[in-house]
Amino acid sequence: MENITFNITLLIYLISTLGYTLYLVYRKPVVKLISFYSLALGLFSHTTTIFIRSIETGHGPYTTGFEITSFFSWVLVIIFFITEWKYKIKDLGAFIIPVVFMIFLYSAFQSREYSMIDESLTMFWLTIHRTLSIIGYAAFAIGFGVAVMYLIQENQVKRKKIGVMYFRMPSLEVLDNLNYKVIAIGFPLFTLGFMTGSIWNIKTDESLFSWDTLRTWPLIIVWLIYSGIFFGRHLAGWRGKRAAQGAIFGFITIIVSYFFHVV
Amino acid sequence: MAEANLILVGVNHKTTPVEIREKLAFTKGKIEESVDLLSNFPDIIEHTILSTCNRVEIYARANYQNSAIQSIKQFICDFHGLSAVQLEEHFYSYSNEAAIEHLFRVSSSLDSMILGEAQILGQVKDAYSLAKDLRSTGLVLNQLFEKAFSVAKKVREETGIAERSVSISSAAVELAQKIFDDLENHTVMLVGTGEMAELAAKHLISYGVKTVYVTSRTYERAANLARTLNGSALDFEAFKNELYRADIVITSTSASNFIITKDMVEKAIQERKNKPIFFIDIAVPRDIEPDVNDLENVYLYDIDDLHIVVSANMKEREKEAENAMHFISQEVNKFNNWLGALDAVPTIVEIRKRVENIGNQEMERTLKKIPHLSEEDKKIICQMKNSMINKILHKPTIKLKQKTQSEDGHIYLKAIRHLFHLDD
Repeated sequence: MENITFNITLLIYLISTLGYTLYLVYRKPVVKLISFYSLALGLFSHTTTIFIRSIETGHGPYTTGFEITSFFSWVLVIIFFITEWKYKIKDLGAFIIPVVFMIFLYSAFQSREYSMIDESLTMFWLTIHRTLSIIGYAAFAIGFGVAVMYLIQENQVKRKKIGVMYFRMPSLEVLDNLNYKVIAIGFPLFTLGFMTGSIWNIKTDESLFSWDTLRTWPLIIVWLIYSGIFFGRHLAGWRGKRAAQGAIFGFITIIVSYFFHVV
Repeated sequence: MAEANLILVGVNHKTTPVEIREKLAFTKGKIEESVDLLSNFPDIIEHTILSTCNRVEIYARANYQNSAIQSIKQFICDFHGLSAVQLEEHFYSYSNEAAIEHLFRVSSSLDSMILGEAQILGQVKDAYSLAKDLRSTGLVLNQLFEKAFSVAKKVREETGIAERSVSISSAAVELAQKIFDDLENHTVMLVGTGEMAELAAKHLISYGVKTVYVTSRTYERAANLARTLNGSALDFEAFKNELYRADIVITSTSASNFIITKDMVEKAIQERKNKPIFFIDIAVPRDIEPDVNDLENVYLYDIDDLHIVVSANMKEREKEAENAMHFISQEVNKFNNWLGALDAVPTIVEIRKRVENIGNQEMERTLKKIPHLSEEDKKIICQMKNSMINKILHKPTIKLKQKTQSEDGHIYLKAIRHLFHLDD
């Protein structure tokens, strides 16, 4: 059953990805509607998939690589819906939903074995750590999509090459602002996630950081990058193009760090 | 009854130079004068005069198409005291489908000098409502103009014909909006008091810009312009230190060298903590060092750049116009069908034929059953059949002819064709 809903979700996300991308060039309201409703349907079957698995494992989707990547894409879809509803940026989907699909597709290739953890105390901290971190990462992913849009729009205005995207994409101000906001939300969540992760580490290993392993260092790098973006804006006025480049670089680092931290 | 045609006679900016167009123009008063004159032409059933600075056109429904076209041309020339022979080459005339298409294109702004401009639809609406007030329009023109308005509305909504700015100052505003989004609470600084700069500033103010600074080598001129724009004047020597205050800077001085340099802008942008600045350099020779555009968060457009944007937008509008034409030709077909259905004669002929066929068949069958009848008797029965057909059809025929001339004539025609199975 879980496999069936998983495959359905994968297929629907693919449709939605194609839909949102197609909408960039073929601007028909019906394409947008199809993309939107298929994404909503995908979210529903994705939720079902996670729910079925959680009942069987007896815990939330926080333990294996498969669970985490699937959960991450799930949170990303929700945050995307919230952002779209709040900011009404028409083409955001074309820059976020492909990321959702890629992450979900990646999870398809991971082992679906259950990991049974029954120590309730460590599970508590692990749950908090992974939930906070994943919401933070999802906010960074939105920042990534928005930053790509910013660079495209900035390039058109700067190079004076007024193309189709110039008219369709929102203003630099809106994109830069949104980039700032999602990082301002993501950064504290990620920091809290990092701290609760350390607590979990104490509970299991009796040490604050696993300094000797590769698990902690990538996270510290990610944290440094985003604190640079976050404080750089306030202190040094890093905004616009530089902030966008930072958001893209930061998200790529997150993807790389994932392989060290979780796998 | 002669077949009634839609016709159109006119001149526009493409066929006729302005010196002639202005002589042919109809002001409101002249249109009022012309109504009776045009209505006196026996061929012309209804008409509307459209007169704008780019076109003078008379739309009419008339009985004899060719002679009506000639009469209208003659009328336009006589009315303005000009020779019809000399003006012949400037006139264009269309009838039926082509005339419908022309009006749809005109009101959708596809025939305008600046493609997609918004004024023309209002002008067509005014012309039509004046004609309606003067009772020079009737069933067909009313329907035609109403349809033209809904077509124009749809073209505007569903194609990008009017989307992109095609003037220098509106392109500048559009760029400012792409950089700053909402222009409210933003500051514009005018360096130099050129006419174009003033125009652009007014445009920006209409989009919400609140604070305006003006500076000029002659302080008096800066102060004057600042007054009209509700802003404040800056001393020309001092403005360089105030540059950081401006989100948008428009330069239009006659200076022969750059008055805003890269160093100055670099300093300003630092003071602004990298908040973007949009420079619009309208001056020739240019006032702003071109390298300024290389700075981060600084956008510099000179007059040529703006021209390039405008012409790119113009090309986009042309593409959209092609899309609009597909839609228009569909609508022309629909209207033409409606118009065709207004003509009662073919329908009457068909009904007659249908009824006569039935009569003939029935008579043949009946006569076969009573073979002893003489030729004389047969003739009498045949006469009875014919007179029954005539009497049954007489009243409906007359009524139908009358009704098709009224507002809801097409409904009668549709109903009768349906009842008699004429379209099966």
